[in-house]
Amino acid sequence: MSRIGVFVCHCGENISRTVDVERVARAAEKISGVAYACDYKYMCSDPGQNLLKKAVSEHNLDGIVVAACSPRMHEKTFRKAADAAGLNPYLVEMANIREHCSWVHEDKEEATAKATEIVTMLVERVKMNRKLQPITVPVTKRALIIGGGIAGIQAALDIADCGHQVVLVERDPSIGGHMAQLSETFPTLDCSQCIMTPKMVDAANHPNITLHTYSEVENVEGYIGNFQVTIRKKARSVDMDKCTGCGVCMAKCPQKKIPNAFDKNLGMRSAIYVPFPQAVPNTPVIDRENCTWFKSGKCGVCQKVCGPGAVDFTQEDQLIVESIGAIVVATGFELYSINEKPKGSAIKGYGEFGHGKIPDVIDGMTFERLASASGPTGGKIVRPSDGKEPKQIVFVQCVGSRAREKGISYCSKICCMYTAKHTMLYHHKVHDGQAYVFFMDARTPGKGYDEFWRRSIEEEQAVYIRGAVSRLYEKGDKIVVMGSDISLGIQVEIEADMVVLATAVQPRTGAELLAQKLGISYDGYNFYSEAHAKLRPVECATAGVYLAGACQGPKDIPDTVSQASAAAAKVMTLFSKDKLEREPIVAKVREAGCVACFYCKKVCPYGAVEEKEIRDRQGNLIKVVAYVNPGVCGGCGTCQATCPSKSVELDGYTDEQIIAQIEAL
Amino acid sequence: MHPEKQKHDFEPKIIAFVCTWCTYAGADLAGTSRMQYPSNVRVLKFPCTGRIDPVFILKAFQQGADGVLVSGCHPGDCHYIAGNFHARRRFATFRKLLEFVGVDLQRLQFSWVSAAEGGKWVEMVTDLTERVRGMGPMVEFKELAMEEQWSGAINTEELKEAYEAI
Ligand SMILES: Cc1cc2nc3c(=O)[nH]c(=O)nc-3n(C[C@H](O)[C@H](O)[C@H](O)COP(=O)(O)OP(=O)(O)OC[C@H]3O[C@@H](n4cnc5c(N)ncnc54)[C@H](O)[C@@H]3O)c2cc1C
Ligand code: SF4
Ligand code: SF4
Ligand code: FES
Repeated sequence: MSRIGVFVCHCGENISRTVDVERVARAAEKISGVAYACDYKYMCSDPGQNLLKKAVSEHNLDGIVVAACSPRMHEKTFRKAADAAGLNPYLVEMANIREHCSWVHEDKEEATAKATEIVTMLVERVKMNRKLQPITVPVTKRALIIGGGIAGIQAALDIADCGHQVVLVERDPSIGGHMAQLSETFPTLDCSQCIMTPKMVDAANHPNITLHTYSEVENVEGYIGNFQVTIRKKARSVDMDKCTGCGVCMAKCPQKKIPNAFDKNLGMRSAIYVPFPQAVPNTPVIDRENCTWFKSGKCGVCQKVCGPGAVDFTQEDQLIVESIGAIVVATGFELYSINEKPKGSAIKGYGEFGHGKIPDVIDGMTFERLASASGPTGGKIVRPSDGKEPKQIVFVQCVGSRAREKGISYCSKICCMYTAKHTMLYHHKVHDGQAYVFFMDARTPGKGYDEFWRRSIEEEQAVYIRGAVSRLYEKGDKIVVMGSDISLGIQVEIEADMVVLATAVQPRTGAELLAQKLGISYDGYNFYSEAHAKLRPVECATAGVYLAGACQGPKDIPDTVSQASAAAAKVMTLFSKDKLEREPIVAKVREAGCVACFYCKKVCPYGAVEEKEIRDRQGNLIKVVAYVNPGVCGGCGTCQATCPSKSVELDGYTDEQIIAQIEAL
Repeated sequence: MHPEKQKHDFEPKIIAFVCTWCTYAGADLAGTSRMQYPSNVRVLKFPCTGRIDPVFILKAFQQGADGVLVSGCHPGDCHYIAGNFHARRRFATFRKLLEFVGVDLQRLQFSWVSAAEGGKWVEMVTDLTERVRGMGPMVEFKELAMEEQWSGAINTEELKEAYEAI
């Protein structure tokens, strides 16, 4: 027989005005299993809570219903009070007779009757409540950052500065990402290399950061606080410990005509190379596809000239396993290419712009490399085809972006600003040149952004034409740009020397594969999804995984850095305790009943359900059952409503509790 | 002064299954805004609509509910990402079944009420209450439960005989 205590609150007059609280208490007393019932002016006040605590011991209560305001207000308060009195807090329920009763009804008879019924339902429910203990999960205080662009570097530095270990994994031979490729940056036009390279060096030298470049995440297992991550360190063919970064190998390598992707193929590199002179680490890697040794077994010049003997043709990929507590994904973006796309692809190319075959039609990043002082032309803006200075240059915004018919309907956010920047850089370098910009509208919502954009027109003489470009084609050594000016309602034709396309920002090719490894979700374009667009913008729905930078959506550097620091703060919050404590509202599987259909696994929004093998002492497999990882379970209960054999149960919301409540109707 | 309250011959019992995050909060908001609605509804709180087993709806009808309301976060707003999508699918199928067993679907309402929609909550509860009031008590399940005749009415002599012989 239960010994339930019922405490009915007047809430001053808020409840007692329309509910006869005394009558509710008297009625509650008569419910079977209720050992004590009373009413009190303010249950949540100190004397009210003391009343509750006293009653717990005096009447030896094993369950409590507080009939008062919404549990969203004071459930915590009363659970704490019960805890203090030695009663398991999860044996306390609240009957909401204020928001759901006294405040919404005027008739005292009706409201009193309803309040009594609500209390009865909760008394029946609380009889079925079980004692629950908060769940604790150990936390490994080491963070994994995937992607070494500005987002990853910033997050790594913040976490490392806080005293925690960081493992930074970068796919390319050097960290730096896109920012290392930029010339000067809006809205202040400071040189990107000058602000970026010190951060890259800081990250590499930080005692708390382990850098794995030319590496990728191979496999992720575990859950928040307890991930096991396998990292594939690709064979660099150069011993990082021995290499001094002297660069003799690169100078002597006979294979020198390999287009350098870092320079958007404008410059050339050798087969043993660093992507750019300021690379971090400054250790070359051998591109095995283009190396004579790997192709034909001959050459080996680099090995011969290397003083410290660092070149090692026999090196193999290495697999490293790291224990990780939290993961920050910062894999950045890729630029849309206007080239022909494979058949059936939702994203289309631009045949009307020549499908990328006109050499002097380039994208924004190629322009950055041309304008960069450390770029392939030393900062001279020239045509890739013949090295001549373009006197008429046309910029086209929103190529691929906001173009539903091309498969992308979002705005890439950064192109208005970087195109304005490009017109300025162009004007600074080609004084007698003229820049035109075709644009839909200028989106400049950032600090100092609109001023910056205006400057490109007012001081740097860029001519902005509101309208779209319908076609680009070659005529002699010119490119004819056919477009419309919708402000004037006319067709425009410009004979340009060079055309720069502000192409859409897209997620990395294969972004979804990494997401699948991590168990995080992504949108229709493959940008990674945050848990809540407004209130949880840096957390993934998968606990322990956070997002930073352009992998989550198009972003400029200030936004990227803010988000990276925010993600770092989330990681540091997690690492501030040795153990993660959470409400025990999680699902549990009754293994005897589980028929291993794994419907629960299919519906669980958190990927909390795992397959577990049950073996006898000899190790023979008896059966496979579902197992809910309490560290991952969000507590929605979808699995329970789905399970055909009723073998999985959400603590705090069991069938018994709910049925008891309904039966009290 | 409040207008004289209308007296009715029949007060239906309405039971509402709602998620904590949106609809429960929306109902709280109706309270804090002192909106008024019929007192017929009893609310059961769930973490998410995903937890709401159709069996609960059957159980509610069986226990004497005349109308049932199921409500949670709007699509895309579920606190647990996708619980309400599962719920929506589940109920789309379940409605058919209910219809098959002879429940008038007018007695069952499924809708989204966000934490900001106190007004919508009031409107929905009022509408459902009045609609069900017009339909009269839901007797089918109660009779069934009473007579244990889940396989249909025992209304012929032969059936009665056979039933008693069991
Ligand atoms: C033409 C152009 C001009 C721009 N100009 C400006 C400007 O003037 N001012 C401004 O504020 N912003 C500018 N931007 C935007 C800026 O480049 C981005 O905001 C910034 O680079 C985003 O940083 P990120 O770290 O998120 O991504 P990224 O720079 O893309 O870095 C991601 C990193 O992750 C690595 N990576 C990817 N996948 C994996 C994987 N699976 N495993 C491991 N590593 C991986 C990549 O190799 C890369 O190093 C410009 C962008 C463009 C295209
Ligand atoms: S749905 Fe139920 S029976 Fe099926 S695997 Fe999950 S717990 Fe087991
Ligand atoms: S309660 Fe929800 S989050 Fe937890 S295991 Fe079940 S479906 Fe997954
Ligand atoms: S939390 Fe409201 S429907 Fe899922």
